Amino acid sequence: MSLIHFQILSAALFSIGIYGVLARRNAVLVLLALELMLNAVNINLIAFAAYGEGAQATGQVIAIFVITVAAAEVGLAMAIILRLFRDRASVDVDEVDLMKW
Amino acid sequence: MSLSLAVFYLLGVVCLGGAVGVVMSRNVVHAALLLLVSLMAVAGLYLLLLAEFLALVQVLIYGGAITIVVLFVIMLTRVQEFRAMRANPQWPLAIVTALGVFVLLAWAIINGAPNETARHSVAFRELGDSLFTKWAVPFEVASLVLLVALIGAIVIARERDAE
Repeated sequence: MSLIHFQILSAALFSIGIYGVLARRNAVLVLLALELMLNAVNINLIAFAAYGEGAQATGQVIAIFVITVAAAEVGLAMAIILRLFRDRASVDVDEVDLMKW
Repeated sequence: MSLSLAVFYLLGVVCLGGAVGVVMSRNVVHAALLLLVSLMAVAGLYLLLLAEFLALVQVLIYGGAITIVVLFVIMLTRVQEFRAMRANPQWPLAIVTALGVFVLLAWAIINGAPNETARHSVAFRELGDSLFTKWAVPFEVASLVLLVALIGAIVIARERDAE
């Protein structure tokens, strides 16, 4: 088991997340796919922290910050989705075009 | 094949299988629960990487908080509508993009990465020291981010009957 194993896994998880973000129309599902992408980044950070020489705490600390931002993002996004559902009775991202050019 | 490699493949299959389920599932509740499966497998991977604290945080934040919030929002919005919802018409393009990104990343990883095999663990004490000395300012900024996000979420989601 080496660094490459974890990196390939992380790349695969990130790609699945990209597919989810691009292909789903439900805002909640887009958000779930985004969480997958953030987790792929975290796997990468922690893998480098574990396999790198020296300064190992740095990778884990940055992973903690990523998790913090992910939590804040989920809270805000869920509030926006709730608001959207109340105002428009829909969570379809294709129908949300108010800020489109 | 060593035990840790076998555990890695097991967790990897669970993680990627759950992730595929998240992006393929027609039922949004199933997608949220499969996300939980995938993220718990990621917590196992953190244990394999000797990052015990991160594994704990992963279970607490993702298993305990984020999945519950997502399920609450699914509960508060209409589930019937989710069931009928199909994928975007642009899904073939999405598959091509995702595969392209994966091939590019894998190519870069295989050609560029140093192939380290020795893992080092980080002691709790070392992590805490680093977090509260070297990273103290970013840590405070992160708490501010959480506070602002919390207030913003309340403001956005509040009922506006009074206006």
